[in-house]
Amino acid sequence: MFRRKGGKKTPKISTASLPDIVFMLLFFFMVATVMRESEQLVNIKYPKATELQKLEKKSLVSYIYVGPPTTKYKEKYGTAPRIQLNDAIADDVKEIRTFIQNERAAKPEKLQNKMTTSLKVDQDTKMGIITDIKKELRKVGALKINYSAAQRVGKL
Amino acid sequence: MKIQRDKASINASSMADIAFLLLVFFLVTTSMDIDKGIMVVLPPHVDDPSTLDYHAKEVLEIHLNAKNELLIEGEEAAIKDIKEMVVTHLDNNGKLQNFSTSPQKAIVSIQNDNGTTYSQYIAVYNEIRAGYNQVREQKAQADHQKSFENLSLEQKKRIKTHYPIKISEAEPTNFDK
Repeated sequence: MFRRKGGKKTPKISTASLPDIVFMLLFFFMVATVMRESEQLVNIKYPKATELQKLEKKSLVSYIYVGPPTTKYKEKYGTAPRIQLNDAIADDVKEIRTFIQNERAAKPEKLQNKMTTSLKVDQDTKMGIITDIKKELRKVGALKINYSAAQRVGKL
Repeated sequence: MKIQRDKASINASSMADIAFLLLVFFLVTTSMDIDKGIMVVLPPHVDDPSTLDYHAKEVLEIHLNAKNELLIEGEEAAIKDIKEMVVTHLDNNGKLQNFSTSPQKAIVSIQNDNGTTYSQYIAVYNEIRAGYNQVREQKAQADHQKSFENLSLEQKKRIKTHYPIKISEAEPTNFDK
């Protein structure tokens, strides 16, 4: 046997600190990341802009995704840009109204007027669909919106 | 006879496994992207949109058509011209004939077509915002020798009321069909 009293010992690498290292990584990721809202069913390439503001208070933000469906859903929904609310593709723009009302009902009354709608729209979408969305948002009184965009570096 | 007894200890080797499991869970469920964008406050909904009851010179009109072409005050222009135009418009104070008489009265109006591309619209909106941000920044530097970002809330508010953002969005045209 290797471990005989007085015999030679093979030094073992101690793994006692491994959990500590892993925990450190774990905490880093827990702090640095945000929970993904929902699975994206549409492809979005963000337009570029410079005058950007950070979206604060993630819990008060509702997301509307607009873009062409991903390859997986192409057969079902076609290739034209569609609106995604929560985990489903909306059949009609009017669904936004119930979507916003539901989002609003889930938040405490005090914070309801601080709610923001983030429009995550693919850059090649035509404005027609956006106009309809904005109209619905205005009707339901969700006036604070945020056009999601990526930082543009360099000149136009 | 001597019995050697080990001290009782909890085996901690599985701790790493548990931590790894949690780590993988967080890695998978999270996204690192920081949400940024252009903040806009829409006007409340009215049943019959009234036409702007303003003197034509207070309004800087920007049109975008379905081919992503741009008109500023009826003249063809490029996106990079917008910022400068907005700044002249806001800071005009009645100097030039067809621009605003005061920053408080100045309005920038965008009209797009339903066939305009979103990226083009965002580019135009971004430039208008850039114009507003520039005049605000200049005023902050002139009044307080500080960047607008670093002003107190009250100072910011004063500059914001001096240069209120009035961007009007006209009903889109529909020539795409």
